[in-house]
Amino acid sequence: MKTIFAESVEGRRAAGYAVPVDENAPKAADMLPAELLRKNPPRLPQCSELDVVRHFTGLSKLNYSVDANFYPLGSCTMKYNPKFSEYVCSLPGFARLHPLLAQLPRTTAYTQGALQCLYEAEQWLCEVTGMKAYTFQPMAGANGEFTGVQLIAAYHRSKGRHRTKMLIPDSAHGTNPASAALAGFETVNIESRDGMVDPEALAKAIAQYPDEVAGLMMTCPNTLGLMETKLPAIVEELRKIDALLYYDGANMNAILGKMRVGDAGFDVVHLNVHKTLSTPHGGGGPGSGPVGVGERLLPFLPVPRVRRREDGTYWLDEDLPESIGKIGPFYGSFAVVARALAYMMRLGGEGLARVGEYATLNANYLKKRLEGVLEIPYSRICAHEFVASAPEGMRALDIAKALLDRGFHAPTIYFPLIVHECLMAEPTETESKQTLDAFADAIREIVELGKTNPQALLDAPVTLPVRRMDETAAARQMILTEDMG
Amino acid sequence: MPFIPHTPEETREMLATVGVRTLDDLFADIPASMRPKSFNLPKGQSEAAICNYFEDMAARNRTSLISFLGAGFYNHYIPKAVDALAGRSEFYTAYTPYQAECSQGTLQAIFEFQTAVTRLLDMECANASIYDGGTSMFEAAMMAVRATKRSVIVVDEAVNPVWRQMLHTYAAGVNVTFKVVPQKNGLSDMDGLKAAVDDATAAVIVQNPNFFGAIQDFSDLFAQAQAHKALGIISVYPVMQAVLKTPGEMGADIAVAEGQSLGQPLSFGGPYLGLMACRKSLVRQMPGRIVGRTQDLDGKTGYVLTLQAREQHIRRAKATSNICSNQALCALRALIHMCLLGPDGLARTAENNMALARYAVERLTAIPGVRRLNDAPYGNEVALRLPCSASRIVNDLAEHGCVPGYPVARAYPGMDDVLLLACTESNNRHQIGFLAESMGALL
Repeated sequence: MKTIFAESVEGRRAAGYAVPVDENAPKAADMLPAELLRKNPPRLPQCSELDVVRHFTGLSKLNYSVDANFYPLGSCTMKYNPKFSEYVCSLPGFARLHPLLAQLPRTTAYTQGALQCLYEAEQWLCEVTGMKAYTFQPMAGANGEFTGVQLIAAYHRSKGRHRTKMLIPDSAHGTNPASAALAGFETVNIESRDGMVDPEALAKAIAQYPDEVAGLMMTCPNTLGLMETKLPAIVEELRKIDALLYYDGANMNAILGKMRVGDAGFDVVHLNVHKTLSTPHGGGGPGSGPVGVGERLLPFLPVPRVRRREDGTYWLDEDLPESIGKIGPFYGSFAVVARALAYMMRLGGEGLARVGEYATLNANYLKKRLEGVLEIPYSRICAHEFVASAPEGMRALDIAKALLDRGFHAPTIYFPLIVHECLMAEPTETESKQTLDAFADAIREIVELGKTNPQALLDAPVTLPVRRMDETAAARQMILTEDMG
Repeated sequence: MPFIPHTPEETREMLATVGVRTLDDLFADIPASMRPKSFNLPKGQSEAAICNYFEDMAARNRTSLISFLGAGFYNHYIPKAVDALAGRSEFYTAYTPYQAECSQGTLQAIFEFQTAVTRLLDMECANASIYDGGTSMFEAAMMAVRATKRSVIVVDEAVNPVWRQMLHTYAAGVNVTFKVVPQKNGLSDMDGLKAAVDDATAAVIVQNPNFFGAIQDFSDLFAQAQAHKALGIISVYPVMQAVLKTPGEMGADIAVAEGQSLGQPLSFGGPYLGLMACRKSLVRQMPGRIVGRTQDLDGKTGYVLTLQAREQHIRRAKATSNICSNQALCALRALIHMCLLGPDGLARTAENNMALARYAVERLTAIPGVRRLNDAPYGNEVALRLPCSASRIVNDLAEHGCVPGYPVARAYPGMDDVLLLACTESNNRHQIGFLAESMGALL
């Protein structure tokens, strides 16, 4: 499709949305000295409203989406996003609310509904995960990780310790080491054994860096889709040196109602609200990455915190002397948190527990259906997702592209890095048996095709708006805007 | 259960295929000692009941205020077409566009967003957005630290205090020092800033208009920074940028902004989006996603995520940043907003807001004892000195459903009598008249 800039027609206007078109209204040049004004107006598109509507409707049709396609992306939890959540978060009483109103003494009264929403969402998350408190400030999962490791750093600082090492299993998401590095930690890689964190490797790392280990960042179940069965031993090992245990909530969907990270011994957790609590991914964001803490990290949470008085009114507590500061400008991605609260209220405790069960059932069922079609390196019962390798002589990438031609989004590919030609599938609980069967059939058909006609896989996709893209040329030519071409 | 489609029959069949008897058998790997000690949550409710509940909660907020509160976050009108288009689920239920062939809609929209941002800010390259204005500012500072291999960041105290606090929080664990140059009576201290920049400086960070609404030209400061091989970073207000001298014209190396004023509702603090643009020479230092134009196998034009060698999923601990998402849907809203208004509509909005602010200054300074904090040029926001505590006036007027602005002392101790007042198209002359009369009666 042409870009909206190519559709622009000099002099065409769609003005009049916010302010009346008044040729007598004062111009910037009447109000400010010329040397403070830009020389030329910005070259934004000049379009009618219909031009804009047609253009973006056209673009939308070039996308796959959960509403139109099965999206078995491992570690992404692309479940169905209920429509009523979109309604509740966009109510004008929330949408038009200025965040600073809550911070002025007399106008806090005008924000009671919004503060209540945040407070209740926090209560829900505490009970769901067994943590003591949550902050909603982190604006995405990685931002939550960063917050979590900052809290760990603050804890050790408060004890007068200088701990510089963060232990990270090799099966962890790439964001874990990046977040730890941004918080000033050196990362130490812990190798897996049988697809799980090896307590012996852990003990060795701790012995190698006495007095230096700040914590361990775990994804559980891990990115291989396996429950960490040695968890109690790991918790024990870290307790010995007062190092903290971080839970990466990317895979929380697997354990809802079956395990609470607080009870299991984790000190800090981030949740991916856009995964587990079913808020839309938006094509890459906005997310929300609330961070929950146990007793030891409470004093360090970002400022402010929402509190409730006995008379049922809410207020913002800014008097937190040991707080790490501000991770976000206000109280988090409020509209995303509101959706999450609505979702939890709809499901209730029982519904949330069923999420973990059916997400796990769907993954195991799909894995079973794919046995003998793909190579399944870990045959034991998996969690909410599983890893598979492309059959000998075939590439994960080609299978992924062939799936696109059949109306399915591809699983996550080439992650985790420790699995050869990896396809990682997470069907989520909202998909039906029929969809899983159709998907398994499609993979079977693709693998058969790959054996008889390998070129057909290399050519895929052929039914989409474009075929395979030249990514090398993109990086070399570096055309990042209309003006760089 | 809501959103779980399995019939009991299907559940049985699937369990049999997996080879277990009950759903709980799937969790045999979680030892009893690890099971929840409690899961004491309310019962699920109907959709109708929840909608009522949220309608009641929303009604406990008061948005019918006459408000002149801005301080970096503004109540601009959002055309309904923004909601209609960004509300298409082909956009909002899509994932990150890693599979380019089935994500051309999102990818092209981001490419267009990058183009619009560079043209608005008059810079060469832009990324696909960052979380918010504060994280953009921090990431810009880190770009400068990497690019210059220096660790001192000079920060103007007239930069929004919320973002300055975020800078300190984010930099707690890295080797970066902030040298804050005090503002002078609501103005950036240009001489102080120039004097603070030296051969150890990685970058200087300023804001235009600054937190107090004052508009200044930072060209000389950026030239001074360049002479010391330091970078110039500027944070701007996108709506005002339709008319104001651009970061490019001032010679900035990196421009950032809180993009909320472009099509994002205030929503009690988020989600918002951070804009980030820079010189082409710095693009490989830029964090976050970037979309590039390329061709497919048949030579057809298309778009992909590019320069991914910077990112965490490839570089892990050595990545330029830990960021692995962008604010894609917010960026889409900002793009659609800019396309609907166009250069003309955006400039008219800025001019309308500025004219209202001038009317407010005229009416309020007619009250004895009320005057402007300084005589600097301003846009739609202006700092006023009152003959009493600004907090007191805000509190008293709030009782009458009017918020006259932000009491600056909350962030700048000692400036007790300074009120920061912003006008947008949600205000009108009638409201300003009401404000002037109510304030006059109190003073």
